[in-house]
Amino acid sequence: MQRAGAPLDLRSLALGLAAPLLAIAFALLLASLVLVGAGDPVFSTYRLLLDYGQRPRSISLVLNSATIYYLSALAVAIGFRMGLFNIGVDGQYRLAAMTAAWVGGTLTLPPGLHQLVIVLVAVAVGAMWAGLAGLLKATRGVSEVISTIMLNAIATGLVAFFLRKVAVPVAGSNNIGTAPIAESGRLGGLPLVPGSPLEVFGFLPVAVLAGIAYWVILGRTRFGFDLRATGRSQTAAVASGVDVKKMTVATMVMSGAVAGLVGMPQLLGASYSYSLDFPAGLGFTGIAIALLGRNHPVGIAFGALLWAYLDVSSVILDIEGVSREIVTIMQGTIVLSVVIAYELVRRYRLRDEQRRVARQLSEATSSPAVAA
Amino acid sequence: MAVELTGVTKRFPGVVANRDIDLRVQAGTVHALVGENGAGKSTLMKILYGMQRPDEGTIAVDGEQVRFSDPGDAIAAGVGMVHQHFMLADNLTVLENVVLGSEPRTGGVLLDRRTARARIREISDSYSLDVDPDRLVADLGVGERQRVEILKVLYRGARILILDEPTAVLVPQEVDELFDNLRELKAEGLTVLFISHKLDEVLSVADAVTVIRRGTTVATVDPATTTARELAELMVGAELPSPATGESTVTTEPVLRVEGLTVQGSLGRAVVDDVRFTIHRGEVLGIAGVEGNGQAELVEALVGIRPVDGGVLRLLDDDITGWSTRRRRSGGIGYVPEDRHRHGLLLDAPLWENRVLGHQTEAPNSKGPWIDRTAARRDTERIVEQYDVRTPGIDVLASALSGGNQQKLILGREMSSDISVLVASHPTRGVDVGAQAAIWDHIRAARRQGLAVLLISADLDELIGLSDRIAVILRGRLVAEVDPGTVTPEKLGSAMTGAGQGAA
Repeated sequence: MQRAGAPLDLRSLALGLAAPLLAIAFALLLASLVLVGAGDPVFSTYRLLLDYGQRPRSISLVLNSATIYYLSALAVAIGFRMGLFNIGVDGQYRLAAMTAAWVGGTLTLPPGLHQLVIVLVAVAVGAMWAGLAGLLKATRGVSEVISTIMLNAIATGLVAFFLRKVAVPVAGSNNIGTAPIAESGRLGGLPLVPGSPLEVFGFLPVAVLAGIAYWVILGRTRFGFDLRATGRSQTAAVASGVDVKKMTVATMVMSGAVAGLVGMPQLLGASYSYSLDFPAGLGFTGIAIALLGRNHPVGIAFGALLWAYLDVSSVILDIEGVSREIVTIMQGTIVLSVVIAYELVRRYRLRDEQRRVARQLSEATSSPAVAA
Repeated sequence: MAVELTGVTKRFPGVVANRDIDLRVQAGTVHALVGENGAGKSTLMKILYGMQRPDEGTIAVDGEQVRFSDPGDAIAAGVGMVHQHFMLADNLTVLENVVLGSEPRTGGVLLDRRTARARIREISDSYSLDVDPDRLVADLGVGERQRVEILKVLYRGARILILDEPTAVLVPQEVDELFDNLRELKAEGLTVLFISHKLDEVLSVADAVTVIRRGTTVATVDPATTTARELAELMVGAELPSPATGESTVTTEPVLRVEGLTVQGSLGRAVVDDVRFTIHRGEVLGIAGVEGNGQAELVEALVGIRPVDGGVLRLLDDDITGWSTRRRRSGGIGYVPEDRHRHGLLLDAPLWENRVLGHQTEAPNSKGPWIDRTAARRDTERIVEQYDVRTPGIDVLASALSGGNQQKLILGREMSSDISVLVASHPTRGVDVGAQAAIWDHIRAARRQGLAVLLISADLDELIGLSDRIAVILRGRLVAEVDPGTVTPEKLGSAMTGAGQGAA
């Protein structure tokens, strides 16, 4: 048994890696064609992306973006593992960040507690907002795709509405935002990258912890087993005693709780208030990265880093007169082709496994059959 | 000779799926091909339909040697196939489905409905298929859909029809209708190649039967002079196991008591109507009935995945009516579901995760809130060993196993918990004869261990052979109880249709 198991794992690892690598190669090819079409130099463009991305300052920026992307993708992945498509991460984190920023800016608490309260508020708001979609699905059968899209729109309205109620002008601009969080509620940066003038978000370790928690909860607990079973076959999960309605709400709440964290690195580590220019759209990036990373905590980390790297290094293209949209094209192609590649690999693996099992069994039974 | 295969061999990497197949099908006959699951029937049909190419051997259709490289070639040569799983678009009409892919056109652009409708009517009338071209496929029953599939093939000009397990999805009345249709086709000079492993059906409709075993054709027999038992022995190549139970182990100690169980259907009619029975320790209660008479709902209500509208369920001393599925399953009800793919397994999960499924809260699968992977894996190895699940390991996906091995895994899993009741719904459906015997053995063992077993089956021999008592279910009610020691399948069959009410 062991003998049969070991080579299989290597094989499946290779197959697992094949899909994203193929997708990236295909994306590069397509981007090159676009570059050629636009009359831009292909190789020097890639050289620019590579060189610029490797500067210490860029690396800090990549880590910062990746932290945010990672949390967002993790939130989406929790839903995916149960077969729920939480498109609402975007609305969830914006509403959560705004509320948390307002609470954090209003309260004065000792350091440590202050940050904790802000984060907990964000988690609670994110969980509540996503939980609404979960409740709607469990009680009324409303598709979570529809309800989360709607809730995104409502969140946008709510954020705008409350911001007008509580906002103060941001100094030196015509921007408005919540009152800045006091020194006691901020999270200092980490000097992780040698030679970089920028520090990395102090929230990065939290993202890593979230990834580990995701892995442990989904892979090692009964709750995670039920969640994955429901994602694989709802009918079989019901027959196995999973209360799917309860699981739907629980999963959405968990997904939303993680979504609540998405705004935190920026809020606690850089802007200290929620203003009109607070980053938006991170929830959608999270969907792409969750797909890219196969809902696997390590895969998502690589996906987030790649995405952030492309984002950050695209800045140099404008300066050098190459359209930076080439990077968006690459990102889009990677996601599309990775989805296709995964499906192809999945089918291949299924067929391969069936063949392998049939072969091993026919070998095992053929010798005694001859004797008999 | 409509079809003649000589020495056909097909190898897949490491496996010989077909070897030295010789098959001669007379024009204008119904020719049956029988064999266990995995014997190579499907591969052979795929070769004949151009979906696979043989490595060796020749195929001749109507005396002419042919080489098909895809199904299009086969259709052009007059060979059509009706698949086991229907390939129809629900939201289109019969007409649209039939012409899909070979539409008659007016002016080369628009679908010529009038011509199509006329052709379909003509085919439908000449073979008594009774198909209305303008009905929506979504509104059709299973039997009608199958006739649409047959019509689709005829519309494309097929003279030789391959039917892959056509009766698997039909209820007995529909099977009779299908066989009438097949006789009609035969009378019109068409040739039907009929794949099945239901032997009595084969014997009733076929003009010749070819048996395939371990990838090769072992005999062609005349159904008029062959019994089902002889056929089955040709199929397995050995003495056939019988389901007979032996000595009674029934006690007087009630384990499962069902009192006035009622389940409402979607139409407001009771699909399970005031059902009462008691199963004792060491007793097998068989439920006989034509499919769709409430068996599925009864089982689902017992396991707790369908809400109950009335009545009380008692397990030993507990009233379990209000218990959740999880509590019932960990509290002593083992469940072998009718549709193992939908309800019994996670097909794209490894075997060991499937061992955990349904027993997430029980040792050795979990400790508190944690899944105990090591223990669960070790226990899966044990089940694979003890229940003879043929697999190279416990990390293969459940979908890679054959139906019989999947079922052995499910049975092993259920028997590995501390259960007092086993609900087994069609436990040997779609499994090969070898696994069937093993599953019967395990059910007998369960009975010996003092379990109360509820056995639902459409296989009357199985029911009679394994049960201590048989209750007949008709329109959701238990209408009769018969003694398996004296009843014959024929008598039981007529009781199931309501004709023999009170005959017991």
